[in-house]
Amino acid sequence: MTTSTDARRHNLVPFVVGGLLVTLGIAFFVSPLASGDPDGLEKVAIDQGFDDTTEDHALDDAALADYGVRGVDDERLSTGLAGVVGVVITFGVGMVVFGVLRRRGDAGASATEREPPA
Amino acid sequence: MHIPDGFINAPISLAAGAASLTGVAVSLRKAAHELDERRAPLAGLVAAFVFAAQMVNFPIAAGTSGHLLGGVLAAVLVGPWTGAICLTLVLVVQGLVFADGGLSAVGLNVLNMAFIGGVGGYAVFAMLRRVAPSTRGAVVVVSGIAAGVSVVLASIGFWVEYALGGTTGVNLTAVFGAMVGVHALIGVGEGVLTGLTVGAVLAVRPDLVYGARGLIAPPTVLPPVSAGAPGR
Repeated sequence: MTTSTDARRHNLVPFVVGGLLVTLGIAFFVSPLASGDPDGLEKVAIDQGFDDTTEDHALDDAALADYGVRGVDDERLSTGLAGVVGVVITFGVGMVVFGVLRRRGDAGASATEREPPA
Repeated sequence: MHIPDGFINAPISLAAGAASLTGVAVSLRKAAHELDERRAPLAGLVAAFVFAAQMVNFPIAAGTSGHLLGGVLAAVLVGPWTGAICLTLVLVVQGLVFADGGLSAVGLNVLNMAFIGGVGGYAVFAMLRRVAPSTRGAVVVVSGIAAGVSVVLASIGFWVEYALGGTTGVNLTAVFGAMVGVHALIGVGEGVLTGLTVGAVLAVRPDLVYGARGLIAPPTVLPPVSAGAPGR
């Protein structure tokens, strides 16, 4: 199963689609199983007595605040759906940002190719 | 690892914001050279993967959890500057959409996780790769070690910021010991997850791994017409 023609090697679509499916799977199925214990920084803040300086997040009432979908009562489903939305948003924003960057990089590269330094 | 509002005072938060903005500006310029048409969608995928993985807190010790930061993972897969932008995107989405990480602390969090952890961790990776054998296995191990170190680097970043702009009356030496200790444990998880992920991508598409460029090609030269199944 390792036959890799040049065409297949350079085709990124199967890899990105497969990677996205794995990523969505982690977001939907695995993230609801995550530990709810305080993370390293929160734990240190509690132990060292500065967790009381934590201020509420300005967007605590947002629809997806704290990785839950407001209105979805099933906690696991709520977390999983929030994860899926986050993956879609992050991938979408990433495609826009990196797509623009790549075109800029291409333009820069071809400009230097056209005008090699004397 | 996500700093909330209230831990670090305004001047230090602003200074970290300025440092992060500078870092992002540098990254945007340098990433344009790292990205080819294949790495652009790949970078989007890496950002999404880091977002998902950061949701999965794993238990590390009594009553404490950690999660993948993903800075070194992203850097090894798509390059250090593109990776830093991936992490920045994740942190901004988390802060603006999921209320995770204070809005006044976005600069602090980007500085710690994208740059001190990500780019700093990639520097560790690059140094180790120079002395390690040029094999896939070595890339996996070295990325895992660098990833583990990166978590401790990021935790020290927080400590410096806390020492400069945190509440007074807290024992800074104790905070340092606690931060480094707990994040060394989280770093073990970071290293394992990073090594596994880099290994998985290397197994499927080694040509896509930025940090594995220049590897001696594995001996899988296929004949132009492959009639039967290869030996192994």
